[in-house]
Amino acid sequence: MKILVCITHVPDTTSKIAFTDGDTQLNKAGLQFIIGPYDDYALARAVEIKEQTPETTVTALNVGTAETEQTIRKALAIGADDAIRIDAEPTDAFFVANQIAQIAKAENYDLILMGRESSDYNGGQVHGMVGEMLGIPSLSPVMKLDIEGNVAKLAREIEGGKEYLEATLPLVLGCQEPIAEWKIPNMRGIMSARTKPLKVVQPTDNSVMTTPGKYELPAARSGVKMIAADEAEKLIDLLRNEAKVI
Amino acid sequence: MSVLVFVEIADGEIRGSSLEAVAYGAEVAKIQGTTATAIVLGNEVSADQLAHIGNYGAAKVLNAADARLNHGVIQAYTDVIAQAFAQENSKTLVLAKSSLGDAVAARLAVRLQASLASNITELPQINGAFTVKRGVFTGKAFQTAELKSENKILAIKKGAISASPNDTLASVESFSPSFNEADFAVKITKTDKVTGELLLPEADRVVSGGRGLKGPENWGIILDLAHALTAATGCSKPVSDLDWRPHHEHVGQTGVKVSPTLYIAVGISGAIQHLAGVSSSKCIVVINKDADAPFFKAADYGIVGDAFEILPRLTKAVQNLK
Ligand SMILES: Cc1cc2nc3c(=O)[nH]c(=O)nc-3n(C[C@H](O)[C@H](O)[C@H](O)COP(=O)(O)OP(=O)(O)OC[C@H]3O[C@@H](n4cnc5c(N)ncnc54)[C@H](O)[C@@H]3O)c2cc1C
Ligand SMILES: Nc1ncnc2c1ncn2[C@@H]1O[C@H](COP(=O)(O)O)[C@@H](O)[C@H]1O
Repeated sequence: MKILVCITHVPDTTSKIAFTDGDTQLNKAGLQFIIGPYDDYALARAVEIKEQTPETTVTALNVGTAETEQTIRKALAIGADDAIRIDAEPTDAFFVANQIAQIAKAENYDLILMGRESSDYNGGQVHGMVGEMLGIPSLSPVMKLDIEGNVAKLAREIEGGKEYLEATLPLVLGCQEPIAEWKIPNMRGIMSARTKPLKVVQPTDNSVMTTPGKYELPAARSGVKMIAADEAEKLIDLLRNEAKVI
Repeated sequence: MSVLVFVEIADGEIRGSSLEAVAYGAEVAKIQGTTATAIVLGNEVSADQLAHIGNYGAAKVLNAADARLNHGVIQAYTDVIAQAFAQENSKTLVLAKSSLGDAVAARLAVRLQASLASNITELPQINGAFTVKRGVFTGKAFQTAELKSENKILAIKKGAISASPNDTLASVESFSPSFNEADFAVKITKTDKVTGELLLPEADRVVSGGRGLKGPENWGIILDLAHALTAATGCSKPVSDLDWRPHHEHVGQTGVKVSPTLYIAVGISGAIQHLAGVSSSKCIVVINKDADAPFFKAADYGIVGDAFEILPRLTKAVQNLK
């Protein structure tokens, strides 16, 4: 089986976000970058499938500039066999999906695993777009995935519950917990990652559908009003008569 | 050239978030000098319910009343909505962000060669350029983006517009799309869903509990307060990881991002990942026994105290209001 895992290179979840260049760029100073948390689940499940299914290869793919290579190496250390970096700034979901679809058309992957959403642009779009570009089903957010022959049995989260599905490969899936446990690279993985192939390719088509403008941060709250515990009931009065939310 | 709005059905009811999308679509239509048409899939809602979508501003409702569409089959939905878009000569599709809406919107963006923006938090600016404001960085920031294609898809976040119904009814027309085999290639074998409960992503009020509650057996005090306030219940990530509460209640950066008018956090410390999911709530109340809990810095009202003692008193105070 051939699995493609698409990973993002995003600020660590504990990051405080700030902007520079007249609020048009993320201020990367002091930020730690990681594999997107949902992409990490996708990768972990891919590596598990590889461990269980003989002759499975896992390729990690990222659309990004040279700075993402440390993140791609981490995916190799976790267990991907090889990697591809498409050398471009990923500002538009359609652009990213188009690059992934071009690679996938040539390689015929059985499974294309992604995260449910990236933690920078958060569109939750790339998997659906790739599915449509390839003319194959796309499902997200997927929280359980088992492969039996060429059939995938999955569970997808829906509001207030889950939906169980069956589909024939090939598929594009956006993954989330608890599809697998995150894997931490071990020493052997880290050593071997240095020599695993990482191919850099140029984008094939530069069309975009959206152009990013300015960023802004949420408005700060005006400050907290504390209510003494022995007068807790006062809260309800304030919610009704001051905040007017009940 | 109407604005098309995809309206979702859950448990035989029109989803509240979709009614917001209708109101949003009607406003966009007004700016563009046209009207809004809603498209509803499946045969679970009555003609009367459909006509009432007009209360939120749709002039017309198309209903593809095929029982196979009673489940949210992503590719079939994509196909039907694309056909309705063509029939209506639409340039703009509006829908509410949801597990189904997101999946369908992404495929439609490719099918319709449309610019797609999701997590939209307010009405677009249309003056030459068409720009929208959307949530990015897991709720930690917003971005303005220009949608460049002629066709556009707007996936809105709860609270992007305040929808108030009037008594206008919409005209209801049946819509008969053609299907192809691939549309139903994915089989839904089973659905496990709570019914009759308020859904977290679209609730106006949310009461959330964290590890401070000590165990699932103590959730009664959260449920009681939520019930008294007609609120949905949420939780922090460790709580759903520990299976104290179902996964779909997990709020935060890696869970549901909520935007209710009232968010009450009980026994939640206020880690940055949790805060990212609640920052667009209108009013935040924090109840925590530790006066130094970081959540207080992000709150509008706070009580330092023991949840087990305070929550039952709050529930009683709410009940006394009625
Ligand atoms: C990649 C990643 C993603 C994450 N994503 C999320 C996310 O999306 N959402 C999320 O919530 N977390 C997320 N987390 C976890 C986050 O970092 C915190 O660990 C988590 O939010 C803490 O949950 P908590 O506040 O319930 O528990 P704790 O931090 O243990 O806090 C419990 C609180 O309860 C209070 N308390 C104890 N007893 C009482 C009592 N009797 N009455 C009142 N208060 C009491 C304590 O003072 C304390 O403040 C993520 C972590 C990582 C690494
Ligand atoms: N620049 C990128 N490179 C590789 N994969 C990506 C990129 N951007 C998004 N993806 C994949 O698409 C998923 C959904 O992203 P998004 O549509 O941006 O929310 C992510 O979780 C990744 O798996």
